[in-house]
Amino acid sequence: MVPLLALTHVDKSFGGGLWRRRRVAAVVDVSFSLPGSAPEILTIVGQSGSGKSTLARLILGLERPTAGSLSLMGEDIGQLSRRHRRRFMGLVQPIFQNPFEAFNPLRHLDHYLFLTARRFGGARDFAAAQDLTAVALMKVGLSLSEVARRYPHELSGGQLQRLAIARALLAKPRLIVADEPVSMLDASLRMAVVTLFKTLRSELGISIIYITHDLATAYVVSDRILILRRGQVVESGDARQVLGAPQHPYSRQLKDAVLVPPAATAAARAPSR
Amino acid sequence: MLATVRDLFNYNRQFRLGAILVAAVAGMAALSLASPYPPLDTFVVAPDLPPSLAHPFGTTSRGQDVFWHLSFAIRNTLLFGIVVALMSRVLALAIGLIAGYKGGWLDRLLMAINDTFIAIPLFPILVLVYFVLREAMSWAVLAGIMALLGWAYDARLIRALALSLKTRDFTHTGIFSGMSTRELLVREHLPYVLPIVFATSMNNMNWSIGLEVTLSVLGFTDINSPTVGGMIYWANQHTALVAGVWWWIAFPVLLLVALFIGLFLLAISMNEHIDPRSRLARIGAGGGA
Amino acid sequence: MSGASADAGAGDGGPVLKVEGLKAYYRTRHFGSAREVRAVDGVSFEVRANEIYGLAGESSSGKSTLIKAVAAALRPPLEVVAGTVTLSFLGTDKSIHQATAAELAALRWRKLSYIMQGSMSVLNPVRRVRRSFEDFAGRHLGRNAGFKARVLEHLALVGLEAAVLDAYPHELSGGMRQRVSIALASICRPDLIIADEPTTALDVVVQKEVLDMLRQLQRQMRSSLLLVTHDLGVHAYLTDRLAIMYGGRLVEEAPTATLFRQPQHPYARHLIASLPRIGDDREMGSLPGSPPNLAEPPSGCRFHPRCPLAQDRCRREVPVMTAIAPAHKVACFAVGGHA
Repeated sequence: MVPLLALTHVDKSFGGGLWRRRRVAAVVDVSFSLPGSAPEILTIVGQSGSGKSTLARLILGLERPTAGSLSLMGEDIGQLSRRHRRRFMGLVQPIFQNPFEAFNPLRHLDHYLFLTARRFGGARDFAAAQDLTAVALMKVGLSLSEVARRYPHELSGGQLQRLAIARALLAKPRLIVADEPVSMLDASLRMAVVTLFKTLRSELGISIIYITHDLATAYVVSDRILILRRGQVVESGDARQVLGAPQHPYSRQLKDAVLVPPAATAAARAPSR
Repeated sequence: MLATVRDLFNYNRQFRLGAILVAAVAGMAALSLASPYPPLDTFVVAPDLPPSLAHPFGTTSRGQDVFWHLSFAIRNTLLFGIVVALMSRVLALAIGLIAGYKGGWLDRLLMAINDTFIAIPLFPILVLVYFVLREAMSWAVLAGIMALLGWAYDARLIRALALSLKTRDFTHTGIFSGMSTRELLVREHLPYVLPIVFATSMNNMNWSIGLEVTLSVLGFTDINSPTVGGMIYWANQHTALVAGVWWWIAFPVLLLVALFIGLFLLAISMNEHIDPRSRLARIGAGGGA
Repeated sequence: MSGASADAGAGDGGPVLKVEGLKAYYRTRHFGSAREVRAVDGVSFEVRANEIYGLAGESSSGKSTLIKAVAAALRPPLEVVAGTVTLSFLGTDKSIHQATAAELAALRWRKLSYIMQGSMSVLNPVRRVRRSFEDFAGRHLGRNAGFKARVLEHLALVGLEAAVLDAYPHELSGGMRQRVSIALASICRPDLIIADEPTTALDVVVQKEVLDMLRQLQRQMRSSLLLVTHDLGVHAYLTDRLAIMYGGRLVEEAPTATLFRQPQHPYARHLIASLPRIGDDREMGSLPGSPPNLAEPPSGCRFHPRCPLAQDRCRREVPVMTAIAPAHKVACFAVGGHA
């Protein structure tokens, strides 16, 4: 079966060229693939300067690799014609780090949703777009009345990220690339978004590439994990195994540096509604 | 939109004053439609009469009523300024947006041309053009040349804005929602670009009218159709100040000053208004806690 | 591992900082309509000598405004509407907001200093680091022969080499710049240091090193540290006592280990229970609703719209911080033992 996404010896560097400035190697010889048979959540863990955001942009088609190839469902992303680009965008959707920047602050939020429904979701008219939107919003725990005719600043960061996920869902994607989707959210809202990713994988069959610097949320949500350092993959494998018993010295260093608060006693666990 | 203008009028002193001044000048220009005297005729009234009830602004040495003649003059001057502003906005928008969005070699080429135009000394060029064209120098030609010289600064401004908008996340969200480039420009980015266009239009008008008046005073334009600069030119030809006919120069100058100040106040009050932070504050987005 | 309050000498002595009933609002006028954002709405706590006190809160908690009010860094539209902030070194009879400009200038940096969020911007990018030290500290310590030696000694304390003085800020890594900021803030040995998200922009590995350094510095200088951050892991690692802020008010305060092991307030419980940990496979519930809008806050207890234990009383009355154990206070009708 054709892999959903395959990266083969991908390099990306910036600078250099006519003015002989220092070249910065953002991504160095990265290879991995997502199987087409079953959806999975792959986490890419890296600190700042590790190249994880550049990798996200490469997968989304916003940058071209300097060497190597990226293929989506067998097609080389770097060689897409304009018409195929449109189809490609339907298959891969982004979630950005800053939920307040992801939408135009001067415009209503719902127009992005309706537009995605009509362009990629197959809605024939406005009424159909509204129906599809309402369904997608319900999947992320929002309602159309909550977001209709609202500006971004009227919602919280958590609501905006969930709305971004709903918008991505409307395009019926096979892959969602989430670049630090919860790092700007309050801790109390993070888990809601992160567990939503699990639901997307299990119930909707969407694969997710989750990019983060936070190992703890990575543990909670991932199937497989890739640890990135200065553009190179230093360790990869099953998430539980890698995070439970890291092999590479850098992975060990990362794990040791994670601050673990004391655990609450059983009697003091949060009461559920 | 109307609500915004009304709010600005009520609460912003500068905007209020600027709007009143510009409205007064525009009203004067509109009055030209009711003028009892055709604009180009001379010696239709007794010359050199000081301001009185019959002739509120007095009469000129050429036998024209200053008030009615000025109404035509200011109409032509205003129209000239508006036409130049419009044409140069279109140029500045087109070049700025293309350079900003496309980038690469096209951007470099357009900006090289832009920088050349900024460096051109305007006044000598305009005088040169007049001496080459002489009789063929009409207002249309002058307006065209001014438009060609007036887009450069603002094109760079718009290009900078386009560059920043291109990389913002919401542009990418728009692309992944299926927006075409045209839709992106018009629906997402224009709300940021248009306010800058409005503000620079006011400055552009001041600039073009100022240059036109300078050229006219020196006689380097078609001095037969009445403009404010033309009136001053004729006043100088008849040594009006020396002869004591001060009203011939004073009222055109006063009206011009009122127009300049009005446009300037509008421009700076709009600048504060269009600042994205103040816009967000108005629609309710608060500061952080 | 945690900021063990069992450390000898931690938290001894009277309070260095005492905040009582502090209310600080943003009052704005736009086109005729007035808006009041009640960012800090009745906060009382104290920081003792030689202790690390933590203040945890998420967005819309009001913690950033609280720091500005405590450090007397107020500018319109932010106003202090009620309450006092007294510092032991200013005299306990006067709130810092009543101090004159001269008094404030005298105590800034020498008695009270401030480590800012994103400390990169504290350092002038076109000047070498040495110049920042001369500008900031030289004025207070006096530029005599001993000054240079003292700077070098202090740099060693924060783990930096003398060569750092000759560098420009952009030549240093993020962690090193943060250490420079901390060194600048502590070189005059102030009684109280306020740290606002000191490690948020740093990588996980560097963060731990900086936190270790900060703890060592505090223990050695016996200053008090008021640490404000949303990151509960940092609080667990460093602080002796911890208070949690929500919607402009404090909801719980206790010694750090106690607060993490036995949180009482429903918000604190959820926050601490939902911390993801490696090796923890439990399913976490999510908190419904969203953070309060401080311009139109909920009536009574600010948390009641999202609280699983909300009663009718919570909507009508404001719960007050009440002690349920010697050092443990909670502001909650369901848990706090109110009559």
